[in-house]
Parts: sequence; C-alpha cells; structure tokens
Amino acid sequence: MALTHKATVMDEKGIMQALRRIAHEIIEQNKKIEDVVLVGIRSRGVPLANRLQTYLNEIEGSAIPLGILDITLYRDDLTERQEQPEVHITDVPFELDKKHVVLVDDVLYTGRTIRAAMDALIDLGRPATIQLAVLTDRGHRELPIRADYVGKNVPTSRSERVEVKLKEIDGSDQVDILEQAKD
Amino acid sequence: MQTLRRKDILGLEEMSAEEITLILETARSMREIIQRKIKKVPTLRGRTVLNLFYEPSTRTKASFELAQKYMSADSVSVAGTSSSLVKGETLKDTVRNVEVMGIECVIMRHPVSGSANYLARNVEASVINAGDGMHEHPTQGLLDMFTILDKKGRLEELKVVIVGDIRHSRVARSNMWGLQKMGAEVVVSAPPTLMPPDMEAFGVKYCPDLEEAVEEADVVMALRLQKERQEGGLFPTLREYAEIYGLTSWSVAKAKDDLLIMHPGPINRGVEISSELADGPRSVVLEQVTGGVAVRMALLYLLMGGVKDE
Repeated sequence: MALTHKATVMDEKGIMQALRRIAHEIIEQNKKIEDVVLVGIRSRGVPLANRLQTYLNEIEGSAIPLGILDITLYRDDLTERQEQPEVHITDVPFELDKKHVVLVDDVLYTGRTIRAAMDALIDLGRPATIQLAVLTDRGHRELPIRADYVGKNVPTSRSERVEVKLKEIDGSDQVDILEQAKD
Repeated sequence: MQTLRRKDILGLEEMSAEEITLILETARSMREIIQRKIKKVPTLRGRTVLNLFYEPSTRTKASFELAQKYMSADSVSVAGTSSSLVKGETLKDTVRNVEVMGIECVIMRHPVSGSANYLARNVEASVINAGDGMHEHPTQGLLDMFTILDKKGRLEELKVVIVGDIRHSRVARSNMWGLQKMGAEVVVSAPPTLMPPDMEAFGVKYCPDLEEAVEEADVVMALRLQKERQEGGLFPTLREYAEIYGLTSWSVAKAKDDLLIMHPGPINRGVEISSELADGPRSVVLEQVTGGVAVRMALLYLLMGGVKDE
C-alpha cells in the first residue's frame, strides 16, 4: 500500500516552539524541578527528550537527568507481528524512586506503547508520578491514557500515518501526515 | 539483520556471522536486565520451555533456567536419571509427549553427538542444543564470544588459543566454528593424542608448544580435562599433563599483559589451570557465567519472541 504526502503539520520552527513550550509547562507543573527526570522512548522519543533537556537546562540552569527506554520486551503484540522487533539497550542510569518521570515520545496514538513504557518504568523503580510529553497526539486511543504535555494535536483518520522526522535520526525536522494513495 | 530465521540452535557451524552478531547484540541489551533490582521482563509470559538434561550440568542448566525466569517463560526441567528414558522410552517419544502438553522450546543436553539435530527434525518445538556428545555446545561458544567482545571490543583479528582436550570437546568445536566466522584467528594447543583426527576440517592452526602458542595471543581458553581420558591411555599422568599443558603463571609468562584467560568450567584446579591464574586479574571465568544468562535470554527471545514464518 503506497502512502502519499497529505500535509505538513509541523516544520523545524514549529517543533522547536512546541518543545520550548512543553519545557515551560514541565517547570510550571513540577514545583521541585530537581525531582524531575526525563525518559525518552526509543527511537524518536530519545532525541526529543534530549532537546527538552537542553531547553530545561537553559531555563533552569541545572542538569535534568535523561534516560533511554527500550520497550520491545514489554510489547503486547509480539505474538501478532510478523517482523520481530530488535531489542535495544535500556539505559536509565539513575534511581527512579520518588522521582517525577516525564516520558517522552513522538506520536501518541493507540496508547499501547505508553502502556508498555509504564510497565517498563515500574520494573525499574517506583516513581512519585509518571507524566507524558508527546510531540503530536493523533487520537484513536485504545487504552485510557492521555498526555500531560502535547506539542500539537493532529486530527487523523486511522488509515493515515503520522511521520515524524528529526534531525538526529532523519536529517531534518518535520511532521507530515501521509495518506493512502488514491487510484 | 533483524530476525533469526531458524527454528533451532543446534551448532555454530551452520550459523552465519550475521546471525551470531544479532545474537550477541541482543544479549548486550539483555544484560542490562540482569543488572536491575527486579530482574524480570514479561516478554515470554505464557510460553513454555522444557529443559531436558541427560547429562549432569550445574552452570548451563542454572543459566538456562534463570534466563527463562527473567523472560517470564514457564518451564519444566527433567533430569535424565529421573525420566522415563531409564524406562526405555525413546527420545522422540519423550519429547512428542511433552510437546502435546504445549511446550514450544526444548533445551537439551545429551551424551550422543547429533542427538539435538535428530530431535529438531522430529518435533515442531524449537530445539536449543545445550551440548550433544562431542559435537557442539553452541550457547557456550556464543557466551565465550560475548565475553571476549565485551572485554576486547571486537572479535576480528584477535588471536585466540584453545588449549586442552580438543578431541573430545564440544566447547572447542563450537568456539572454533564461531570465532573464525567472526574473523578471529584460532590456534589450538594439545598433545597429539587429544587432537581430533579430522582437524583439517576446522581450518585452525595447531601449535603443540603452549608457551609459543600464547606468545602473541589475545585470549587463551583452557578446556576441562576429563580424568577418565587418562585411563584410556591418551596421556600418562595428570601431573605431566598439567606441567606441559596447564595454564600457569610461567606458561603464560611471555604472553601479552592484557591476555584474557577463560575456562568454560567446571575447573580442575591445578590441572588445566592454576588457582593463581583462575582467580587472577586477567581471568574472566565469572564474567563468562553472567554472559551466559544474557546470551540464553537473547536466544529465547529470538526463537520464541515473534511469530514464526508459516
């Protein structure tokens, strides 16, 4: 099934502004910023968390710890997928107990990735709270999950795809909606 | 390469460098789980594994069982002496019976070479060879490579010396196949009576003088010497063997400072390796054991984690 470009919903500037706004919201929501830690979900949540860390450091002047979460082993679709996903390293080099963890991902869709990420986090410790920051929320949730910080709400239909490109992985910053090619 | 497209892990002879790389990389991710406070991921919930050990084993069996627990698989373990094998049931019948109970993966150690291959042909479940006679012990070979890779950062162009009873050793065979596929140079050192008759097939270098063999080596791996081989007349006395082929501080005196010293266990102290070296700073004997759990978790995931191609 070929996918074609339908619309560009965020560009480089839009992504930067959205992440800066989220950084400010994280500070507003968390009175004690020293208890906040960022955890990026592989793969595109990692560069996003990295950028949030930079913005938070610019505003607060203190280093917010940053971890990386690989959720492959916690997926609920391992018995359904034809292609087995590759396992990568989880690297959370600090204690999570009593911390306010901000999970970072690129697209919030069914909520299943976030469910898996929460299970993975809880295996690593007992955070005070888990909050969720996403660059885009495209709707169509299958689980009772919502984001605390949203870069942009992107209304889509299920047949469409949201494609996030980030410089660190893809060479450029852009969020596109792709749709199935019409005959 | 993302997926291991095979049903069984029977030996490293039939595996490609890409497959070995995938396993070693997946094992690196698995090791992080072993270092956690809560050593458990839910990946293989509801999947069932059978451990079938027709030969005594401490390390390998414990390692497989821990790997299954850390991955949340359910498992049953049957030891050869307590099973219906002693009642005369054939291997095929034993496993077909447990298979209908829902077993998806069988880990087997067996004294007969080729038994894992035989089993794999006759059951639908995945088979992981945990050592079959003098044939192969692929998970040991993989964990040895995992340990070397971890300590040296690469396998290509390393010189690895394997010393001891090459002839009867499945560990040596798996390492010879695996290490050479990954680009390492393998040199074996042993008295001629403990060399396999078909040595040319392996394509490794033979150097009967241990001191000379280890001189430029990056890794030296001692094999367990089975004492019953002495009764077979393959070497005169344990003491003489230890003097010529035992790893001691003087036999590795001319070796590099960063020589890795390895042993698959269980160690005959003072025979194939001196206590001084086995417990010394260059020894990675215990790292081999933790690496073993990570490698076996990786194999369980790669064999059972996804959907098999129909």
